Amino acid sequence: MSKAWRFGDDVDTDVIIPARYLNKTSHKHLAAHCMEDVDASFAEAVQVGDVIVGGKNFGCGSSREHAPLAIKSAGVQVVIAESFARIFYRNSLNIGLPILECSEAARGIQAGDDVSVNLETGEILNVTQGTRFQARPFPPFMQELIKAGGLIPYIKGRKNNA
Amino acid sequence: MGMTITEKILADHAGLKEVVPGQLITGKLDLALANDITGPVAIQEFAKFNMDKVWDPSKIALVPDHFTPNKDIASAELSKSLRLFARDQKIVHYWEQGRVGIEHCLLPEQGVTLPGDVIIGADSHTCTYGALGAFATGVGSTDLAAGLATGEAWFRVPESMKFVFKGQNFQPWVGGKDLILYTIGKIGVDGARYRAMEFAGEGIEALSMDNRFTICNMAIEAGAKNGIIAPDDKTLAYVKERAERPFKIYQSDPNAQYAELYEFNIEDIPLQVAFPHLPENAKSVEEAHGIRIDQVVIGSCTNGRLEDLRIAAEILRGKSVHRDIRLIVIPGTQNIYKQAMKEGLIDIFIDAGAVVSTPTCGPCLGGYMGILAKGERALSTTNRNFVGRMGHPESEVYLSGPAVAAASAVKGEIVHPQEVA
Repeated sequence: MSKAWRFGDDVDTDVIIPARYLNKTSHKHLAAHCMEDVDASFAEAVQVGDVIVGGKNFGCGSSREHAPLAIKSAGVQVVIAESFARIFYRNSLNIGLPILECSEAARGIQAGDDVSVNLETGEILNVTQGTRFQARPFPPFMQELIKAGGLIPYIKGRKNNA
Repeated sequence: MGMTITEKILADHAGLKEVVPGQLITGKLDLALANDITGPVAIQEFAKFNMDKVWDPSKIALVPDHFTPNKDIASAELSKSLRLFARDQKIVHYWEQGRVGIEHCLLPEQGVTLPGDVIIGADSHTCTYGALGAFATGVGSTDLAAGLATGEAWFRVPESMKFVFKGQNFQPWVGGKDLILYTIGKIGVDGARYRAMEFAGEGIEALSMDNRFTICNMAIEAGAKNGIIAPDDKTLAYVKERAERPFKIYQSDPNAQYAELYEFNIEDIPLQVAFPHLPENAKSVEEAHGIRIDQVVIGSCTNGRLEDLRIAAEILRGKSVHRDIRLIVIPGTQNIYKQAMKEGLIDIFIDAGAVVSTPTCGPCLGGYMGILAKGERALSTTNRNFVGRMGHPESEVYLSGPAVAAASAVKGEIVHPQEVA
């Protein structure tokens, strides 16, 4: 089961990983403090494969890549939101944290719902409520980036093919 | 078809005659920068390219400003990794503590960022340099690492929004910070998401460079990709004595296309205070009147420049900081600090009972040098008032310009500067 963790609009990178924890870069350290200032229980209770659901403008604020890294390292499978702030969007693709933009799903999934996601097709299934949603497809370039596993493998692959 | 200044800069750096919003391009970089938090992560990612050398050591800036002078062993290790990389790669624009300043104050001051540049920075407030007529945007550490390796970055050409400030009849004490908080209050923290914010009009023309930096600095707080102001005589006068390389001036075409146009009358804009926990909660200072505070911070990449300190000093001259208030003043660079000393501003701050710190981002992001305890409230000239931004998750940050901040430090509660001056 993939449990949904619900957060509101404008979830900023300062609450995803507070700056007081940015003095270390280890992924385990970042995961241990993920979402601490909005839900102190999250880091301990989140299970591998769980899903974060946010409202509009998820990941606004600082450019810290530590934010998507903290979420990914905590075991979160995908972040579904109505919309994403642009630096967070870019960072997530670059480090290989799956994200899906889908207003209907962002509104139609409640905290604790069992959610099943097909990252290839963008299909989101709310198993608990028996509802189905379709996320916005990524533009072709971003799909290539995702397929390569992030920006650095993508650039290295392009160089090797040149 | 006409192009905006943002489109023209991006087209030129992509080797294209024309670009349109939504187009994906690869742009050549004039500068890539990082700090002591994002730099070490970028260095780890750069190692994955298995390259001995960065693309161009003269086009990279590494600025240890966030947790420096280092606050603990872990942050000292971060600075050490940045320092060793800078030495090893012979990075030209690296400054050690004692010479370093807050990145977005320091780089324009040193002539490292220039009009017409394409700049990426692993810091969201990289958009500050738009005040010079450059395209500058914040990225993460992996994008920065790719920039260090290739000298290029991919961009989706943003739609532009134009903000025209009509008239020059400013209300007393109103400055760049009030204009940008007012704007964010109107459009919201995602009102310019993925877009360019172009600021124009007589109101902008009347503003000094320091005030223009403040405006472009906070474009990110509306979700923008970049903020930009077309260069004019003031811009040229500012860069003339600093630039060590050629630069290019761009202007928007009269028939350029904008996704949205906003017009504001300067005389309608009162002094602003943004309430917790989003910069969009901007209200007039009157609506914040009487809110009790524990700490005031004057500084940061938003308002740590000389004019900000002059305004604060003008209000604090001969007065005392309220006995229950900690006032922390942080000049943005060593040059600003020295000039403030020459002008007697530092004496005024210390005589009033303020802490004066060496340049650092410190308290703005809740790093150190002014962390809030549970339930405490700060008024700050910085850029963000998110939950826990300056310390305990149950503390609060209000945002304002330097005049309201200084006056409120005297009164112990948020007030209009006229109550003190």
